[in-house]
Amino acid sequence: MLNYVLSRILTFVPTFIGVTLISFGFIRVLPGDPIIVMAGERGLSQERYDQLSRQFGFDRPIYSQFWDYFVGVLHGDLGISFVTKKPVWDEFFALFPATLELSVCAMVFAVVLGLPAGVIAAVNRGKFFDRALMSSALVGYSMPIFWWALLLIIVFSGNLGWTPVSGRIDLIYYFKDSTGFMLIDSLASGQKGAFTSAVRHLILPSIVLGTIPLAVIARQTRSAMLEVLGEDYIRTARAKGLAPVRINGIHALRNALIPVVTVIGLSVGTLLAGAILTETIFSWPGIGKWMVDSIFRRDYPVVQGGLLLIAVMVMIVNLTVDMLYGVINPKIRKR
Amino acid sequence: MSLLRIRNLSVDFATASGRFRAVDSVDQDVNTGEILAIVGESGSGKSVSMLALMGLLPWTARVTADEISFDGQDLLNMDRRARRRIIGNDLAMIFQEPMSSLNPCFTVGWQIKEALRFHLGLDRRARHARAVELFEQVGIPDPEKRLSAFPHQMSGGMNQRVMIAMAISCKPKLLIADEPTTALDVTIQAQILDLLAELRNETAMGLVLITHDMGVVAETAERVSVQYAGQKIEEQPVVPLFRTPHHPYTAALLDALPERATEKRLPTIPGVVPGQFDRPPGCLFSPRCKFADDRCRGEPPQPCGADLGQARCFHPLSTDERLAS
Repeated sequence: MLNYVLSRILTFVPTFIGVTLISFGFIRVLPGDPIIVMAGERGLSQERYDQLSRQFGFDRPIYSQFWDYFVGVLHGDLGISFVTKKPVWDEFFALFPATLELSVCAMVFAVVLGLPAGVIAAVNRGKFFDRALMSSALVGYSMPIFWWALLLIIVFSGNLGWTPVSGRIDLIYYFKDSTGFMLIDSLASGQKGAFTSAVRHLILPSIVLGTIPLAVIARQTRSAMLEVLGEDYIRTARAKGLAPVRINGIHALRNALIPVVTVIGLSVGTLLAGAILTETIFSWPGIGKWMVDSIFRRDYPVVQGGLLLIAVMVMIVNLTVDMLYGVINPKIRKR
Repeated sequence: MSLLRIRNLSVDFATASGRFRAVDSVDQDVNTGEILAIVGESGSGKSVSMLALMGLLPWTARVTADEISFDGQDLLNMDRRARRRIIGNDLAMIFQEPMSSLNPCFTVGWQIKEALRFHLGLDRRARHARAVELFEQVGIPDPEKRLSAFPHQMSGGMNQRVMIAMAISCKPKLLIADEPTTALDVTIQAQILDLLAELRNETAMGLVLITHDMGVVAETAERVSVQYAGQKIEEQPVVPLFRTPHHPYTAALLDALPERATEKRLPTIPGVVPGQFDRPPGCLFSPRCKFADDRCRGEPPQPCGADLGQARCFHPLSTDERLAS
């Protein structure tokens, strides 16, 4: 097992170098000059421009800039934001808990609804529930996130007034964010109503962000279950006289989980990408919004550092998923 | 009264190209402590009829019968919940492919204890003790250790022993073995058959052995039921059946045994079992039968009397004819 983990971590090396290279190149290929953007409408003199250019190292050849950046990354130094003058690393981890909290809630929403829905659809294949569920999953999957978000806001926040429109918590509450996770902090603060407020703020963004993973998980669970339900060991389980709930929920689902866990892992990448839109719509102060703002500002260190950290997160999630395979199905553990 | 009594059992499958009758008005009786062998080629409905009895057929199957009773209980009109208390308890089944019949995600111990908890309600310690005892009974060495093994860590023969242990865990009155040795090595085959016969002797359970191997039949069975294309075409105790088969199909099956071959070239039965679309109107065996005449081809035969092994044939063979042919 240890060997397996180590070999998997070794394969991270080329991926890591590739991501560094792409994130470094990507923002530089975009038209626009960070110094001009920084100067704003006022503009600046050629002298000052050259001075800043030297300061940021733009006067040197591109490979030398990359080398400096890469060496910095290996030392854990992702550079300093052009705009806020704060280290990228610090900014990222100040904002990341908000994104993580939202992503986890969206994932919980998707898994808690998607798994049972997929199982029930597979067991009742061809019947009304199955058809209804699979069509709505297709709709959910095809729907643009921003449209869905606005629709939900109009109905539930605007017309019904059930949920707040944006932010993480009502402004009347104030406490120190010791963990950065609003649910935990609001509980720890002990203020009456703070936790409820945090939950209410989470509902709509979680639904919006979780809709696509929900559709994918439901469909994947259904097809994996359909395959497993035809297996010999399911017949054995039935020959034991077990109740259908136990056969479907334990004997079949355990075997069907591998492809499902795979799409859950892959969805994490989608979640982080989807978070950019969702966070922008709901003014959620997470890394998605931060990244979008930085792209508009041509804040090179933030964009390349942020992309790199997100990529590393996705790699870690996928490694975890690979580890889970062995836990779910012992047959895979042997390799 | 017999332990298992089936009258006029038919199974139809709804397929994309219409209905297919896999089992066609089959009667079957099994007595306590008896070994009945059901033989026939692939596609003769042997397994399907027993799966119908167990209620294990997929949803595309439609089962009809005049009577299915087991141990005095009417299985046919019983609700599912009540039926599940019998299945796996008094009525157990083992399957052809031991490797794929066990769930790869759970240890064999977990799988065997599951049935013990559900049917017998034993507590944790009692379940473990009983599982060890069962493993010893079916000849699995080092049972304590094997209980925590996964199916893929054991051989096919060992897995079939696990399946048998699981099937007999609740001391069933009837065990159905669906080609239990087909997927195994020849040496292991004999061991598994011996084990089944031994268990039958110890516990006096009835045993239904589904097979296409006449050798297995000769060694193990007491009574033989021959099925062809979904119909039961002959039934006799094992010794008379091997001495005087009455249906030409049974005779042909026996002639195809290598042990019985008189010539260098092994006799075969030409053709295959008729499928969904090429069913003859008369006797289902008529296209392959060397005795078939126009009547056989035009009109389905009804079973003859018990003296002729209930052979579904217009021209049942007797000893003299067989010698002559």
